[in-house]
Amino acid sequence: MLRVIVRRLLQLVVTLIGLSLLVFVWLRNLPGGPIEALLGERATPERRALLVKALGYDQPILVQYAKFMQRLLTGDFGNSIRSGDPVTEVIGRAFPATIELAAAAMIIAIGLGVPLGYLAARHRGRLLDNMSIAGTLLGISIPIFFLGYLLKDVFTQNMHWFPPSGRMSTGVDNTEVTGFFVLDGLLTREFDASADALWHLILPALTLATIPLAVIVRITRASVLDVLNEDFVRTAEAKGLRHKTIRGRHILRNALLPVVTTIGLQTGALLSGAVLTERVYNWGGLGTLIYNSISGGRDYPVLQALILLAALVFVVVNLLVDLSYAFIDPRVRVR
Amino acid sequence: MSLLDVRDLSVVFQRRGERPFTAVDKVSFSVEPGQTVGLVGESGCGKSVTSLAIMGLLPRRGNKVTGEVNFDGADLLKLRPDDMRDRRGRDIGMIFQDPLSSLNPVVPIGVQVAEVLERHRGMDRKVAMKEARELLDAVGIPDPMRRLKEYPHQISGGMRQRALIAIALACKPRLLIADEPTTALDVTIQAQILTLLKQLVDETGTALIMITHDLGVVAGLCDTVNVLYGGKVVERAERHELFARPRHPYTHGLLNSVPRLDSPRGERLHAIRGSVADNIPWVEGCAFAPRCDNVVDACLEGTPPLEPTATGGDLRCNNPVSEEVAVP
Repeated sequence: MLRVIVRRLLQLVVTLIGLSLLVFVWLRNLPGGPIEALLGERATPERRALLVKALGYDQPILVQYAKFMQRLLTGDFGNSIRSGDPVTEVIGRAFPATIELAAAAMIIAIGLGVPLGYLAARHRGRLLDNMSIAGTLLGISIPIFFLGYLLKDVFTQNMHWFPPSGRMSTGVDNTEVTGFFVLDGLLTREFDASADALWHLILPALTLATIPLAVIVRITRASVLDVLNEDFVRTAEAKGLRHKTIRGRHILRNALLPVVTTIGLQTGALLSGAVLTERVYNWGGLGTLIYNSISGGRDYPVLQALILLAALVFVVVNLLVDLSYAFIDPRVRVR
Repeated sequence: MSLLDVRDLSVVFQRRGERPFTAVDKVSFSVEPGQTVGLVGESGCGKSVTSLAIMGLLPRRGNKVTGEVNFDGADLLKLRPDDMRDRRGRDIGMIFQDPLSSLNPVVPIGVQVAEVLERHRGMDRKVAMKEARELLDAVGIPDPMRRLKEYPHQISGGMRQRALIAIALACKPRLLIADEPTTALDVTIQAQILTLLKQLVDETGTALIMITHDLGVVAGLCDTVNVLYGGKVVERAERHELFARPRHPYTHGLLNSVPRLDSPRGERLHAIRGSVADNIPWVEGCAFAPRCDNVVDACLEGTPPLEPTATGGDLRCNNPVSEEVAVP
């Protein structure tokens, strides 16, 4: 088991190095750039040349890359071109917001998706099943930004059930501990702050959850249908076990493997969904940061770090998924 | 009073857009306490469906079950699903054909034995595990303490079937249904499992319904044998009587198609012509008629009734094999 982990981590390092080179070269070949953003279009060539030299962009790209990697090894991602703050700080500020949003979305997607998928399979061909098939199709097809604006329009403009945007109402007194606002409120016993943060969280989380929810329902349904045909389910019935035992121990434990894989892949994909969702709800997380770093003049250092972070999250989540197999399926453990 | 009395049990599969298919057609038989009864026939004759119907394990949709299954004074077919659930595993145990797929791959053997004790005998996990250890020991699994924690893929096929027998007998049911319990096993293991089953039913006084296509299994185990063809009982007889004097041409054919050690070398094996799927059973005339060597005109005009024979059995045939030409 330890060997598997070490091997995967080594693979991760190789992946990240390759990706960083790719991103580095690719970003610098995009039209536009930080110079135009900082100086405007009518800057004199002399001033441009001065800034290019100051930022080190006059050197060959591989030399730039080598310097970047050198600093990276000491934990220095450089400074943001836009704000001048260290990249680690810029990302550190936005990171908890996105994690909070993504975690809430995954809780919704898993918490609703697995039971719904199970029920759909158990009522195969009947109303509930057909509704779940139609609903998941809609959930997968509907563009996130469209759904986001739709929910926002209906539930904030028309019904005033939820706040339109942001992570917290102005004027709520909260103490930051972890940066996860809902959690912070619980830790500091400022429960009103927690409630307010949760209230802000619901619509964005629902929006972000639609695609993973739909996918999880589908996969769970298909997987449970497979397991229902297995002989050991008939054995469990022949033992006269209670529904609860058959459902949990015999059906779901076996049906869960493909679902866990899906959860891993969807968690990675959440990051891209977060860009759109955060825009719609003005959620100050990584998605907003990516958007601003691209549109606000190619903030190379921030973008590089963000893309590497996204890759890191994706690989780590899927490593965790692979490891969780061993706990669910004893047949994997032997190898 | 019989322990189990099956009366006119019929199972009709009704799939939307398909012609209803009668898998079991008015089957009646009974099992006395401690008795071993065989249900014999080739694939598709309805023997497994009969057992699933008795257990109430057929899918809830897509089929119609009629008749009576009287067990212990109650008609199992009329019980509420939850009451039937209480009886399954406690009063009636069942063993299935493929021991690997019949065990849950992700749950340790010990838990799979213990859960049935927890369910029906109200034991907690610790006591149930101790009992499970003794049960595994009783079915001849070596080193049962270690096996408790192992998973199905870690033990051999014979041991898996032993574990399934331990599960089925855990609550000391009065009836055990074994659906082709040795078909998926090696021949040497088959004999071991059959010996074990015989020993266990003798020790515990459990009645056994043995479902099989293997006449060797019947010869070694069953008191009474019901031969099924096309969803109907065609012959019922006491074991020795059946082997000595098979009356139905189908039974005769089955016995004849068993290879024998004392037959001359080079002699061809006897086979019954055609297969069950060749006809729709019992619509007009005897379902076996197209494959029968003894067919007479009457066989094509209506289903022959199941009638008692002089030797205490029952027979559904217009022109039975005469006693003189019985098995060579």
